[in-house]
Amino acid sequence: MITIIDCGMGNLRSVAKAFEHIGKKTIITSDRKKILKSSLVVLPGVGSFTAAMTNLKKLNLTETVKNIITVGKPFLGLCLGLQILFEKSEEGNCLGLGIFHGKVRKFSYKRNLKIPHMGWNNIKLQITNYPSTLMSHDRTGKLQIFKDIPDNSFFYFVHSYYVEPKDKKIIATTTNYGINFASSVFYKNIFATQFHPEKSQKNGLKLLKNYVDYTGN
Amino acid sequence: MLTKRIIPCLDIDKGRVVKGTKFLNLRDAGNPVEVAKRYDKEGADEIIFLDITASYQKRKTIIDVVKKTAENIFIPLTVGGGIRNLHDIREMLKAGADKISINTAAVENPEFIDAAAKKFGSQCVVVAIDAKQVRSKKNLINNFQLKWEVYTYGGRKLTGIDAVKWAKKVEKLGAGEILLTSMDKDGTKNGYDIELTRKISEAVKIPVIASGGAGKKEHFYEAFTNGKADAALAASLFHYKELSIKKLKRYLSQKGVAIRIC
Repeated sequence: MITIIDCGMGNLRSVAKAFEHIGKKTIITSDRKKILKSSLVVLPGVGSFTAAMTNLKKLNLTETVKNIITVGKPFLGLCLGLQILFEKSEEGNCLGLGIFHGKVRKFSYKRNLKIPHMGWNNIKLQITNYPSTLMSHDRTGKLQIFKDIPDNSFFYFVHSYYVEPKDKKIIATTTNYGINFASSVFYKNIFATQFHPEKSQKNGLKLLKNYVDYTGN
Repeated sequence: MLTKRIIPCLDIDKGRVVKGTKFLNLRDAGNPVEVAKRYDKEGADEIIFLDITASYQKRKTIIDVVKKTAENIFIPLTVGGGIRNLHDIREMLKAGADKISINTAAVENPEFIDAAAKKFGSQCVVVAIDAKQVRSKKNLINNFQLKWEVYTYGGRKLTGIDAVKWAKKVEKLGAGEILLTSMDKDGTKNGYDIELTRKISEAVKIPVIASGGAGKKEHFYEAFTNGKADAALAASLFHYKELSIKKLKRYLSQKGVAIRIC
């Protein structure tokens, strides 16, 4: 069963609907036991880094999320669900889950850009050097989860902060908004995107389907 | 590269799409779910529903429309009209909207913007500004300066608030985006109010959606270049198939505007 963690924020229904559209049932829950029993955990999130971490703590889910990730359960993070995997953010003083080294930074106003970064932008697929056992890819190094998704495809973004992973090898895609930033990361059982696949029309649905297939769900 | 967005807007009255001129003379333009699906296919980057249902009892129809739409299309959906408190916002988000748009409630109680942004995040709070140009005699004689004032209640009530100042204030309060409608241009089809759009877009750091006056593809080009808009909205132009989103996007792309072609 695919579970979508309900932290009391954001539009979970659109995430659930996207899974339904590709033929997968989901449950939306904040129940620890159900989350631990599921075969794929989705953590969506909108709003602020601090609010997301505070809500996880309030629901006693911080350790649960850490656990499922470390035991290797398939995990999909969306938007803030990506950001809180890192150590800390420039948004507030709250610490993140620290699954990945690195921090979350704010886009700079200096570049004369509108903030939030809102709308459709391309993703540049990264070629991985990791062995196939850590990140499943084809001979050219293209990740399996991006099968049939062309390089530079458009995805929908809405965020003011971006992640800066210390280990550049986990970066699955980059996107340019004044700077090139990591728009998704992939490592072992974890896939997390800054963009919203559930709002990215055909490409987004395809990516969700690829990931679901990849995790055997 | 971040692309400029093309957003069709559907005015909805008792569950049906309608369109009028200068906020009046409504005529029927179809079933919203079907129209939204068509726009999604044509390449719309987002969709906006504006509920103009006057009768309170029939307000709930919009919830059903949003639910059915969210089951069928997977691009961002904004819903505005009659949203007055946090409960209304939650209802819309639960039905499947990604953003909500507020106007009158924000003007009457600016703290509402702050509360909504804190509760649901700035990304889902769009503040709609309906602006109309005013000319003061003094300005005409001395130093001619364009000014716009904010209207509420669907363009029926003048507030006397300066549109540029208001835009800056809503940004500070946590709005994630501004939907800027020129009441002078709305329904005229002779182009967006470029001056107004540029003034507001330069005054704030959040994205601005230009609205009101789109009549041909060149108007969109003007809004994105001289008007510095981040997105452009149109309604009747798309409803009555006078211009297809596909053709418009191809034209803009050829003119060198960053556009998502799909």
